[in-house]
Amino acid sequence: MPTVLAGCGGSQDTLHPHSHAAADIANLFWVMMAVSFGGLALITGLLVLAWVRRGRRGFGSDPDDPHPGEKPSWFVVVGMGVIFPLMVVIALFIVGDWAIINVTQAPAASSTDMTVDAIGHQWYWEFRYPGTKAVTDDEMHIPVGTRVNLVATTADVIHSFWVPELNRKIDTIPGQQNRILLYSNKVGVYRGQCAEYCGLQHAHMGMLVFVQPKAQFRAWLKQQSAPAATPTTGQQRRGEQVFLNGPCSSCHTIRGTSARGYVGPDLTHLASRTTLAGLTIPNQKGYLGRWIVNSQHYKPGNQMPDIRLTGQQLQALLAYLESLK
Amino acid sequence: MATTVPPPAPAEEVLDRLERMWQSRPGVLGWVMTTDHKRIGLLYFWTTLVLFAAGGAEALIIRTQLIQPNQHVVGPATYDELFTMHGLTMIFFFIIPMTTGAFGNYLLPLMLGARDMAFPRMNALSYWVFLASGIFIYVSLFIGQAPNAGWFDYVPLASAKYDPGHAIDFYCLGIIFNGISSSLTSANFIVTILKMRAPGMSFNRMPLFCFAFLAASWGLLFALPSLTADTIFLFLDRNVGTHFFDVARGGSTLLWQHLFWIFGHPEVYILIVPAFGIATEIIPAFTQRRVVAFPLVAVAELLVVFIGFGVWAHHMFATGMPTVTVVFFAAATAVVVIPSTIQVFAWCMTFITGNARFKTPLLFIAGFIFMFVAGGLTGIMFLAVPFDQQVTDTYFVIAHFHYIIFGAAVFPIFGGMYFWFPKVTGKLYFELPGQISFWIIFIGTNLLFFPMHIVGLEGMPRRNYTYPSGLGWGPENLAESIGSYITTLGIVVLLVNLLVSYFRGAPAGPDPWHGATLEWTIPSPPPDYNFAVIPKVSSAYANWDYADREEDRRKLAAGIMVLEQGHEQPVSSPVDGWWSEIVEMPHDSPWPILLALAMGLVFVLLLVHVWLGALFALGVVALTLLGWHGEEPQVREA
Repeated sequence: MPTVLAGCGGSQDTLHPHSHAAADIANLFWVMMAVSFGGLALITGLLVLAWVRRGRRGFGSDPDDPHPGEKPSWFVVVGMGVIFPLMVVIALFIVGDWAIINVTQAPAASSTDMTVDAIGHQWYWEFRYPGTKAVTDDEMHIPVGTRVNLVATTADVIHSFWVPELNRKIDTIPGQQNRILLYSNKVGVYRGQCAEYCGLQHAHMGMLVFVQPKAQFRAWLKQQSAPAATPTTGQQRRGEQVFLNGPCSSCHTIRGTSARGYVGPDLTHLASRTTLAGLTIPNQKGYLGRWIVNSQHYKPGNQMPDIRLTGQQLQALLAYLESLK
Repeated sequence: MATTVPPPAPAEEVLDRLERMWQSRPGVLGWVMTTDHKRIGLLYFWTTLVLFAAGGAEALIIRTQLIQPNQHVVGPATYDELFTMHGLTMIFFFIIPMTTGAFGNYLLPLMLGARDMAFPRMNALSYWVFLASGIFIYVSLFIGQAPNAGWFDYVPLASAKYDPGHAIDFYCLGIIFNGISSSLTSANFIVTILKMRAPGMSFNRMPLFCFAFLAASWGLLFALPSLTADTIFLFLDRNVGTHFFDVARGGSTLLWQHLFWIFGHPEVYILIVPAFGIATEIIPAFTQRRVVAFPLVAVAELLVVFIGFGVWAHHMFATGMPTVTVVFFAAATAVVVIPSTIQVFAWCMTFITGNARFKTPLLFIAGFIFMFVAGGLTGIMFLAVPFDQQVTDTYFVIAHFHYIIFGAAVFPIFGGMYFWFPKVTGKLYFELPGQISFWIIFIGTNLLFFPMHIVGLEGMPRRNYTYPSGLGWGPENLAESIGSYITTLGIVVLLVNLLVSYFRGAPAGPDPWHGATLEWTIPSPPPDYNFAVIPKVSSAYANWDYADREEDRRKLAAGIMVLEQGHEQPVSSPVDGWWSEIVEMPHDSPWPILLALAMGLVFVLLLVHVWLGALFALGVVALTLLGWHGEEPQVREA
């Protein structure tokens, strides 16, 4: 199978944090890793010591002692097996579950500046901006240096919203409104992915978070809130008709038209996106055309059937979709 | 202690009589109708080995699919079935039946000084039910309806709406069916360990192996009902129209997860505690030293399962539970660390203060300790809730639990296979190929599982049938796949070594390792009656109590404590191991396999929705039970 995208911009490495929360978690990991290697080295050392001393009797023991070294061993077992690990887990508990958890837990309602709803679907992410009409899919935008209250819900099964460079993950549970804080003090693009197995195309349920300067974000939001652009050329108008009269409109919404389907993504501003199909392919005319006629090739099992169109219809449809900036 | 004293008879004649009394029928019928714990143990061994091969083949296809980005060796539908079946197989159809079914069955009576399990026919029933459930679940794969929602099968993905067809029904019924077998085994083990110990074997004189199996059996018996209830709810939701898990109708999605993990977390310890038991027998034999801090280790084996019942929600930290709940379960998870560290240091100090001989079984135990500590340390990391929420459902978790399950459960199983091979076959295995097989497996598994930590931290979620090329996950995945092939090679070397040894190995004699427990006091392979004389026990390392063994030989010559008058076995008091009575043990019986067949019929009819037929088959089950109880063995006062 010819493919496809190399990551589509943005990485999702937990050890390259770009927020306070993700940085705390990453730093905690580095400390835990160092301590763990110490622990593993200690145990390996004891085993190697046993190998070096193989074939000899126990330490400094009286040759008639039936249980050589029993008493000192008790001290080791109680000291290293009870007291020392207790101290370690208590320390870890205080740092992780008393200090850092304040940063990563659901933010207090009053402490955030704006809200974004993330809705998991089989198999794409839908984002809504309460207070505006903006709806976008797979790619969300947030302003830099702003505390965003992210509300994660699902339209079907359990998914998990996860942008590791910004924060930990949060599952979308039917009937629940789970929340986490999304915050970045650096402009950039961060990749995320559904982290809870959700069926056939769980692997192709990526998302991008564009962190923008505040003014740029406001402009983007305003543009996304507007209804779709009206077709200007004849080709585009023919494409709009293909969309509205064909199977497309039964599953997709284009605000400002009669297309109000809610099975697949909202396509009102499709052309403003950089990727398609949960980051599976780039948003380019060639890929988009092949996706429309043969989406089952790229995402086997996805909800969109392969659409039968004549060459002319497809070209008109593509011209229309490309105009939906 | 009142014993029956028959007139002294020459030892030869007594042994002849015992042999006649205890031997199984010849031929296939002898295996089908057997109630001999050794034969049942071997049946379990061969069956689980086949299922291990199936689970391993699934893993190899998964690793081949992931060897490079954007591969299409298998499609997503097949991939989902493969990882679900891999998990189900390795947990329910390999490790549990291999440790309890094979090792426990074969060895427990031998270590306790008993002639059979407490309920020999129930033991046979466990095996036949297990075999039937294994066939049941694997039929699904061959008709293209294999479970595909992951081994923990979260709803609503596993509901009829999102997963129509029979795949999840196979899952529900297969798990309930298999659970019947495990429950029977557990109950049998508990009674056997509490009541069938040789007179004199009070709790403090019981081998650590038996403590481990006691802990695992209690754990299974109490954990399984939660899973059974959960799968019954799901089956009803899917097929009858109840709404246990349907949020729209007042059900709860998280109910499934809670019930599942109330089973699932103790289960994790149930998988590894028997392996701890194997380790605590191999270590004394190859260090010629009792396990350091014996009482502490015994208590730790029991505690790890007990505390394991209080940590289930740490599998659910990302589900949006309140912070207070999450922190409580994190604290419980911290506590469960302690019994494990106690055991690790006790094992290590036994290595050091003893006289270690690094033969193959001990190498596997050293490798097990290394893997267990590595997997345990990443486990401790999860008690930091924010970190858990970051890496849960990534390959970091896959790395963690494969270090535990492969490293801490399968390594001791391999070590145990070498260790007891001479006892079971009467032959010695070849040492050099044995050590080579260890090193190949050790290197292979580390190459297979260590890079998973890294790729998980780099953001690779689990259960993805493929992954894009630009995220830097390629090299780790390549290494993991190569590691899986090396591991497979090592396992093949191990099996070939044992197979060749079976035909070409030197005779082992009763006690090639100078082992510590009672199974090494009897010939290899053990006679049908296990012990000619009910042995005297005055410590947990009975084979090293030379005066006791000398007394056994004297008793045999005098015909004392032989119990060759009937198919008999003494029963002891639960705590102190006092002699309490003699029971007549059941003989070979056709009822266990017939009952398992009737139960299988119930499950098949439930699967295809022939409800009345299932009810009828339940009637057949009841009739079979009636036949079973038509022939009850007698109790004879001692």
